[in-house]
Amino acid sequence: MERLLFGDNQFFGVNHMSEEKARTQMMRFQELAAVIDVLDNAYDEGVTSFMCTTHDRIAMVCDHMRSNPQRYKDFQFLPCMPYAHKYANAVTEDGMVGALKRFLPEEGIVNAALRGGMSLARKDIEGITTLLVDAEMKMFAGLNTPVIFLQNVVVDLLLGLDFNAAFRIFADHIKSRYDAEPGFITMNMPKLLDALEEVGIENPIVCSNINKIGFRMCGGFEAYERALNEKKFRAIAMSVFASGAVPAREAIEWVCKQPNIQAIVFGASSKTNIRNTKSLVEEFWRIN
Amino acid sequence: MVRLGVVGLGKMGLSHYAMINAHPDVKVEAICDSTGYVLDVLSKYTGVRTYTDFDVMLRDIELDAIIIATPSRSHGRMVEAALNENLHVFCEKPFCLDIAEGEKLARIATEKTLVNQVGYHNRFVGAFQEVKRLLDAEAIGTVTHVLAEAYGPVVLKPKGSTWRTQRTEGGGCLYDYAAHPINLVNWFLGAPQNVGGSVLNKIFSRDTEDEVFSTLYYDDGKSAQISVNWSDESYRKMTTKVTLWGTRGRIYADRQECQVYIRDDLAVPAGYQRGWNVRYTTDLTEAVWFYLRGEEYSAQLDYFVRCIEARANDNVNSFEEAVMTDRVMAMMIADAERRPPVTSGIAPRQAPGKKFGLLFGGRKAVS
Repeated sequence: MERLLFGDNQFFGVNHMSEEKARTQMMRFQELAAVIDVLDNAYDEGVTSFMCTTHDRIAMVCDHMRSNPQRYKDFQFLPCMPYAHKYANAVTEDGMVGALKRFLPEEGIVNAALRGGMSLARKDIEGITTLLVDAEMKMFAGLNTPVIFLQNVVVDLLLGLDFNAAFRIFADHIKSRYDAEPGFITMNMPKLLDALEEVGIENPIVCSNINKIGFRMCGGFEAYERALNEKKFRAIAMSVFASGAVPAREAIEWVCKQPNIQAIVFGASSKTNIRNTKSLVEEFWRIN
Repeated sequence: MVRLGVVGLGKMGLSHYAMINAHPDVKVEAICDSTGYVLDVLSKYTGVRTYTDFDVMLRDIELDAIIIATPSRSHGRMVEAALNENLHVFCEKPFCLDIAEGEKLARIATEKTLVNQVGYHNRFVGAFQEVKRLLDAEAIGTVTHVLAEAYGPVVLKPKGSTWRTQRTEGGGCLYDYAAHPINLVNWFLGAPQNVGGSVLNKIFSRDTEDEVFSTLYYDDGKSAQISVNWSDESYRKMTTKVTLWGTRGRIYADRQECQVYIRDDLAVPAGYQRGWNVRYTTDLTEAVWFYLRGEEYSAQLDYFVRCIEARANDNVNSFEEAVMTDRVMAMMIADAERRPPVTSGIAPRQAPGKKFGLLFGGRKAVS
């Protein structure tokens, strides 16, 4: 895994500070060319891993990368699934089971229908989960996806429900079918580590907010510190700037001093910001 | 340990269940839903005790409290049964579509000194709490007008029908979306005396409204306008916002931030200055024990639990306050049905072409 990963919140109008800023970004990145432009900037700066939601628009990014294999030969996608709003809206329209049916894949219709239909009938989560994962992964066919993440809304829902078996099903499927590492995004890192340990997922990749002011680090700052010091897992820090509440230099300096952090994921819309973050990370991780 | 049950495992119920199940002071004893599917999956994989019959669950299991997240039409009956069992009740919004029934439930809960709370989570959003603090401190003087809005992408095409798109079940843009800004206005200004100019229009839905506009009038001359549309795709997800004009300034707030303009030095709260001030969610939000989909959802459940533990009955979002919101919505429905409003006498313009008629022909008032 690269030490610096590029995130995609800026492309989809996700901004935890301001609706106005979010909308400006949505306007700016309406055209795919603007997204590719920023990805090119990152890639040319040596930030070659893109941690992205399985949003419909990412499929277009995938098409672009596939059609320029030489230009992007080192480019890596780290898909984060599912894009939760898609499912939430479907549940509103079709109800819970109806929504599930809607997202079961068309690929290999007979087989999928069997697997899906039987699974739905038997309430067999393994069948449903693997089908949904495969549906989400379709857009990445032929591309390099070394780590595949389960999104925080789903991880934390399962975690709250004590539905830990699902983590294991996801992890096994990602390893066996995609020859990739499973990753988990969460807002409740200490609690998730216990759950993953319980179902025997060793040395997991876990991405969570890790920032100097403790913003959205649920379970508490101390619990996070303890986990980083004592638990065997590969931590990815997100929201290191706490949505802009911590100045860049101070934020990176602090994060780079924490133990056991394998990578930092960050979002940026300009070449300057990408370069600045990259050079700060190089500066502080070299010192350590 | 608070022994708790959860009824109704739709979108809200399932997320309430996940959050409360992670609460260190709570033990979820059982869950209940009328359809067995989700129940069976949860029971198979997590071992939780499940019921399809609410009354059987109440009879079988010793509980201290209950979360009710079924469609609103069933709230009245279930809340009453739970109160009769002396349970503390957290109920989803809108509370009770029948005002008289809602008032009765509020009375029973008060008499029995049971904790009673309704899920208007915006009252736990840091930025909206800051608005309330600023109003109480008279930071913008006397409020003259409020604009409360909510927009989002729920119904974007004429398709699909669930309880959410049936007003009789407690669905629709008024109950599902507009209830939130109305509840905020009630919190900030109290109950209005009258409503007028209410428009409950269909855009895509067959059985309910998709947009809601109305004016709320207060005795002292204050007014508030409600502007809500759940068929607005330009919003990524539901967005609720309020703007308040006062004699000495203006406040704008949404979930992310609170922007305040203060005109003079008369009553500037600590930490604020004359002119523009911005407070972000990162400063205003308190940490929660478990995060699923926004701190406010966790915070409101934590508040419910703490009220039970402290045997406190000074509820945020009490039944009584939720009935106030229900009442305003009932007033808006009555107002929208009362036609025609003041007329100009000018004949309506002929639709120039078929296309125009097609596009706007479906937007008739809900009757």
